[in-house]
Amino acid sequence: MNRIQMLTTGVVLSAALVMQGCKKEEAPKPAAKAEAPAAAAATVKIGLASPLTGPQAHIGIDIKNGAQLAVDDINAAGLTIGGKPVRLELVPEDDEANPTKAATVAQKLVDQKVAAVVGHFNSGASIPASKVYSDAGVPQISPSSTNPKYTQQGFKTTFRVVANDDQQGPVDGKFALEKLSAKNVAVIDDSTAYGQGLADTFEATVKAGGAKVVAREHTTDKDTDFKAILTKIKGNKPDLVFFGGIDPQAGPMVKQMSELGIKAKFMGGDGMQTPNFVKLAGDGAAEGAMASMPGLPKDQMPGGAKFLEKFKAKYNADVELFAPMGYDAVYVFVDAMKRANSTDPAKFLPEISKTNYNGVIGPIAFDDKGDLKNGPITIYVVKGGKWDTMEVVTPGGAQAQSATAAAAPAAEPAKAGEPMKK
Amino acid sequence: MDIFLQQIINGLVLGSIYALVALGYTMVYGILGLINFAHGDIVMVGALVALTVIHTLFGGSVPVAVILTGATVAAMLVCMVLGFTIERVAYRPLRRAPRLAPLITAIGVSILIQYTAALVWSKQYISLPAIVRTTQFTIGGASFTDLQLFIFVLACAVMAALLWFIKNTRVGKAMRATEQNPDVAGLMGIDVNRIISITFLIGSGLGAIAGVMVVLYYGLGHYYMGFILGLKAFTAAVLGGIGKVNGAMLGGVLLGLIESLASGYIGDLTGGILGSNYRDVFAFLVLVVVLVFRPSGLIGEPASERA
Repeated sequence: MNRIQMLTTGVVLSAALVMQGCKKEEAPKPAAKAEAPAAAAATVKIGLASPLTGPQAHIGIDIKNGAQLAVDDINAAGLTIGGKPVRLELVPEDDEANPTKAATVAQKLVDQKVAAVVGHFNSGASIPASKVYSDAGVPQISPSSTNPKYTQQGFKTTFRVVANDDQQGPVDGKFALEKLSAKNVAVIDDSTAYGQGLADTFEATVKAGGAKVVAREHTTDKDTDFKAILTKIKGNKPDLVFFGGIDPQAGPMVKQMSELGIKAKFMGGDGMQTPNFVKLAGDGAAEGAMASMPGLPKDQMPGGAKFLEKFKAKYNADVELFAPMGYDAVYVFVDAMKRANSTDPAKFLPEISKTNYNGVIGPIAFDDKGDLKNGPITIYVVKGGKWDTMEVVTPGGAQAQSATAAAAPAAEPAKAGEPMKK
Repeated sequence: MDIFLQQIINGLVLGSIYALVALGYTMVYGILGLINFAHGDIVMVGALVALTVIHTLFGGSVPVAVILTGATVAAMLVCMVLGFTIERVAYRPLRRAPRLAPLITAIGVSILIQYTAALVWSKQYISLPAIVRTTQFTIGGASFTDLQLFIFVLACAVMAALLWFIKNTRVGKAMRATEQNPDVAGLMGIDVNRIISITFLIGSGLGAIAGVMVVLYYGLGHYYMGFILGLKAFTAAVLGGIGKVNGAMLGGVLLGLIESLASGYIGDLTGGILGSNYRDVFAFLVLVVVLVFRPSGLIGEPASERA
């Protein structure tokens, strides 16, 4: 009897362990596949880190697909650096959108001797990871992390190809003040580096612009019940609710707003500008919701149409959010390698800061901190169950970049006005 | 005032879901003295099975009522089989083992179910198609939907039925006897193993109903949803007095109300120092205070009686 007991416990526990083991093994597979035909050329590894599992996996996989597409395109065209043929290999790692895991994953990539890293998705992951990359001298381009702190740590290895929240938050705030004539605003964040950062800069801008912040609430990036905080907000009678967070929260939130009969407009940042948001919000609740997204609308990106076509053909899926940024990040690295005539991070790192590259998302150049110069921001609205372009805002000139005071970059944006073409 | 009323409504709906889940914990604890940590994950499986059924049938010619009934029945069947199997395979062989062994096994089972679900349903959030169209009512400035009303009424009805079942049927009487003393109950001719299996079947079935409610209410499900829900429901069970069926109901509703009111008023009460994100802290603070003054929960009897 005793032995049977032991056996059962053992089977259950080991089964549980095997399950966990399985999950870990998934990630490295694609890397192994790409290695095979690389015999003739020297292989240069490019790391990729994003959440490949969990609630944000759809966004993380989107970035991975974008970067993989770039690697495949470059390999297909053939790459020669310093007179020697070079083959790229993408090494994807899953950071589970978890700050602790992100640092571990970063170390893992460094140990695998990657020449450069595309990632991470979340600001909360990019920031702890950036220290590891900086210590190892490995350049990092985040396709999507918008928290200002990421590039303000004094690391020479950190870059990003999106506008940061010092730009995005004020643009959202200015838009709320001028275009939505918001007077009483409720602000909610998901207590993450990204959500809180965005909400803070937004709040500062609308306050400076004379609107009243009638409620400031916090939730988490795991919660699905917002009835209580929304009820409280309802009592404060806002005309706009702004949410700093990601779609798994934003969707149910807007749904519960409509159930509570809150008539206020709903607005958020890039984390909720996904098809998934509309789906999670359910029956029409998302209609009229607005969100900003760094970068031009996909169909207005200089290389957008061609990219979307290629992406669709390869993955039979629509671009969620940041695939074009992931794609361009790889090209920025390769561009720097070409100019440095070397695949050694120590040699091509200085060249990245001098980047002047025309990518899918438009011209890419970095300021002295590694932030994207003149990153445009687009505001979208849900119309008929789909995200529709509402307005493109281009922060003008270099002063927008400095962006230390919340209201500063909002100096010019409004004049860019209506969508440029379409 | 209307805001207060609204928070009460939010709390009651949330609390009735907690109460349904808490029943599964408390019934098993009452009879086996085991905290079945896998119960939250059984609820999750119920939710995801219901979502799958709804996704499969929705959009065709099947009427909505049939889909929802089918989804609930399918979820209940799967969960009952799952609960029964877990007890049979993982807990029964450890019945006489030291208490720590089944506890750790329960945690193992919980992880096993979670990752199996992740393999079956992926780790993505699964959203509910637009199947339920809610109508809104307003009373005294507070609004609620027919779905909320339905969830609350159904939860109350199910709990009333359970109380009646335990009080008035032969099986219910046998359950009460087993709860008081399994050995003596066995000597009196009660098939204790059968009663325990029935307890798991009922608890898992109720969990499945709660899972379907969560899916309809929040419109989404994912493989990890059982963890937090289970933790809250377990807290509710302890708050009310674990092992007591009516204690779980009281604890669930109370926890829902505390959470709602805490999120709504904690900011004002502390002058903005603590925000609504501290609502869980507040809920557990209430739990601690209750346990200090009534160690066996609000309705629970002093522990010495059990020994």
